[in-house]
Amino acid sequence: MSESLAASGLRLAVPRGALFKDTLDLLDRLGIDTRPVRENDRKLLFAELGIITMRPSDVPTYVEAGAADLGITGKDVLMEQSERALYELADLGYGRCEMVVASEAGEDPGADALRRLGIVRIATKYPRIATQHFLSTGRQAEIVEVKGSVELAPLTGLADAIVDLTATGTTLRENNLVVRENIAVCTARLIANPVADKLKAQAIDALVSRIAS
Amino acid sequence: MVDRTPSGTRDVLPDEMSELRALMERVRAVFERAGYGEVYTPALEYERTFAREGTRVSSPYRLFDEHGNVLVLRSDMTVPIARMVGSRYPAAPTPLRFCYFAHAYHGVRPQRGQSRELLQAGVELIGAPGPEGTVEALTVLCDALDAAGLENFRVGVGDVMLYPSLLESLGVNAESRELILAELTTGDFVGVERELARLPLSDSDAELLLRVPRIRGGVEVLEGLDGPLQQAGAGMRTLLGLLEPRTAQRVIFDFGLMHNLGYYTGAIFQVYDPAYGVPLGSGGRYDDLLGDFGRPLPAVGFALDVERVHIALRAEERNRV
Repeated sequence: MSESLAASGLRLAVPRGALFKDTLDLLDRLGIDTRPVRENDRKLLFAELGIITMRPSDVPTYVEAGAADLGITGKDVLMEQSERALYELADLGYGRCEMVVASEAGEDPGADALRRLGIVRIATKYPRIATQHFLSTGRQAEIVEVKGSVELAPLTGLADAIVDLTATGTTLRENNLVVRENIAVCTARLIANPVADKLKAQAIDALVSRIAS
Repeated sequence: MVDRTPSGTRDVLPDEMSELRALMERVRAVFERAGYGEVYTPALEYERTFAREGTRVSSPYRLFDEHGNVLVLRSDMTVPIARMVGSRYPAAPTPLRFCYFAHAYHGVRPQRGQSRELLQAGVELIGAPGPEGTVEALTVLCDALDAAGLENFRVGVGDVMLYPSLLESLGVNAESRELILAELTTGDFVGVERELARLPLSDSDAELLLRVPRIRGGVEVLEGLDGPLQQAGAGMRTLLGLLEPRTAQRVIFDFGLMHNLGYYTGAIFQVYDPAYGVPLGSGGRYDDLLGDFGRPLPAVGFALDVERVHIALRAEERNRV
């Protein structure tokens, strides 16, 4: 039997990118036919399914505003956007990554900078997580925000170290970087708009319990 | 160069203003018919009015007057009205009924379109204990939203003491209670589960503590509540039984409803509309606040965010066409 989120009055924000395939597999297991989503790379809104697709970092934006009732995105995204008024309903377990501090192999340039300069330059796509991590560990850091290929920063002298997400560590190794500190383990999370969570409680609870079983 | 207003503030031009004014007039007629007299209190108050023990409401805007007194911009209207009752109505017969249409001042998070200056419409019913006082406040609230023109709004009703006392009765220590309530207030149910897993609770107690904040919905959620939930369920049933059908049909019960204002003591409310993703207003019982101002009286009130009600009205209209 094919189910649809739209039939229960729900709209789900699905992340494209690293969590896309696992998310669609999860929806398939719930009996939601995701073939139209898999077959259509450019379409973003699947109204008949109750699914919209977007960048993972946009998922909290849509859900907070109520443009989607539910969303799936990484804990890394939620930590970086921690001020959003959202409900985090379930840890979906997949998409496991670690948020780490990494720097070039050998003597840690980050520790060296802290000792001799009193401040360490950190390149990251996650400025708030990085700021919070260094603040909470009592170290001064200058956070340099980059939009992609963070690995380049320590190799070119832009930064002493990076804060980034790593799944297998391959990219870090290929760039001669080693993990110095683990900040957090990040997995995919189911989030909800707080108003939808109250007004569509039955449909949301039914979905959450099917995910859990 | 264009001179801007400070971030989080804005100008209101005639088209919007006339709609806001008409909306407030419709709401005001409901408040007045129910016997609520309109008051206005100063936007500036002494800091000690807001900072005193028990109120736990802080304002991000502090300034000095020419004598060196610390003043704050009021962060809500409930505390100023409590102060006003203590000083201007020291012996007046109760209940006292006041309404207001006034600005409150909040801090904002950057880049989020939040307002520093919120136009609030609300009432305070002072000297009316629950459940009758709570019933009156809920009735006026729903009538005001009806008059505003919203068709699909709902009012979530919870109890601010319910979950904290459940935690306490199951032997959760104060430090863990605070952590769990912090996760619940931010809506992080994964965090609640993580914190509960760290505690030496029986499986059934842990299951109960995980389940209770997710109990929300119509009267059906009050069915079959037993053990520690029986009393809470009975209280909500009593409340429901006292409501007129037109109000009762708007109410949803919410055992996980939390409020980040420190002065609430019992029933709390939050207003929702399916057309808009953020709550339109909130309220509840604050039976201990008036005592701080010298007139210990049970009280209840609510405040609607007029601009959000206006946004929801437009969103409902657009959904209809």
